[in-house]
Amino acid sequence: MTKPDFQIVPRAGLPIVAFVVLVLVVAIAVNDLWPLMFLHVVGGATWTIVDLFLGFVLGPIIGKMSIPARVEFTTRLMPKMVLIMPTAVTVTLAAGWQLATHLGYNLTTFHMHGWIVASYIVVGVMAVIALGLLEPANIAVLTEMKKPQPNPEVIEKLMKRFIYTAGATGLLQVATLVIMTQLGAFA
Amino acid sequence: MSERRLPPVTQLGMLSLALIVAAVIYLSAHLPEHVPLGPAIALLALSALLLAGNVIALARTEGFAWNRFIEVGRWALLAYVIIAGLIEYVFLRNNTSGGPLIVLTASLVVFALTVPVLIAFTVARYD
Repeated sequence: MTKPDFQIVPRAGLPIVAFVVLVLVVAIAVNDLWPLMFLHVVGGATWTIVDLFLGFVLGPIIGKMSIPARVEFTTRLMPKMVLIMPTAVTVTLAAGWQLATHLGYNLTTFHMHGWIVASYIVVGVMAVIALGLLEPANIAVLTEMKKPQPNPEVIEKLMKRFIYTAGATGLLQVATLVIMTQLGAFA
Repeated sequence: MSERRLPPVTQLGMLSLALIVAAVIYLSAHLPEHVPLGPAIALLALSALLLAGNVIALARTEGFAWNRFIEVGRWALLAYVIIAGLIEYVFLRNNTSGGPLIVLTASLVVFALTVPVLIAFTVARYD
């Protein structure tokens, strides 16, 4: 079985991440409504779609692939996830907090403050699952695949962890969609 | 697959992370208004204790792949310091100050240490 060459952290993507972070910093400093809304919606949509798609569409497909196909697919997909997910999550949260401050949604007097706190809790649970299980599994799979003789059992175990946790965060994303559409409709 | 006996770093790390996330949620649910700091400080202290216990337990483990742990951990630390810094920045931008800022900053420090430990441990345990 030939092992495709890959970088665990794709260096070509780092300038793009740096640019997105710079845009985020400027948007927060300027505190105008549209850039904050844009970053929060784009970051949140990316986060939600990736979680749902990975957990419920790609996950089961990867599970049924042959080992060589799975290795090739994984070495192409997972390095990108190392950059995309932390960036999307950070942009969503930072722009979201500034947006909530701008609109007064994070004040306890806001009539839907309970929904705002609910969104913090859902995001918190997703963060614990993603940062504690999913992200470490992602990096560990890629590190294992970089070894001269990767252990297929380790890869299998970590990939299962990755797919299951992606499914769990995908389910929680449904709760996020409910909360955000409630806020959009009734705030 | 035979695995070495290792301390429950992932389980304790997840608990530490859950506590620190709860502290930040608690602060965020009150800010920018007055926040009673007691619950946030208690959550922060428990999380920091678990993190310290995790590192001590790991330090006592013989034959652990420290080179791999440090190699992965330092890059993860850099990434999560940047992420924690961005979260700190957005709170500073909105005039968070005094006690809440100190507790928030300490919580973000624990967060920025806990995640790299979890990532580096997961990689190094299979080395």
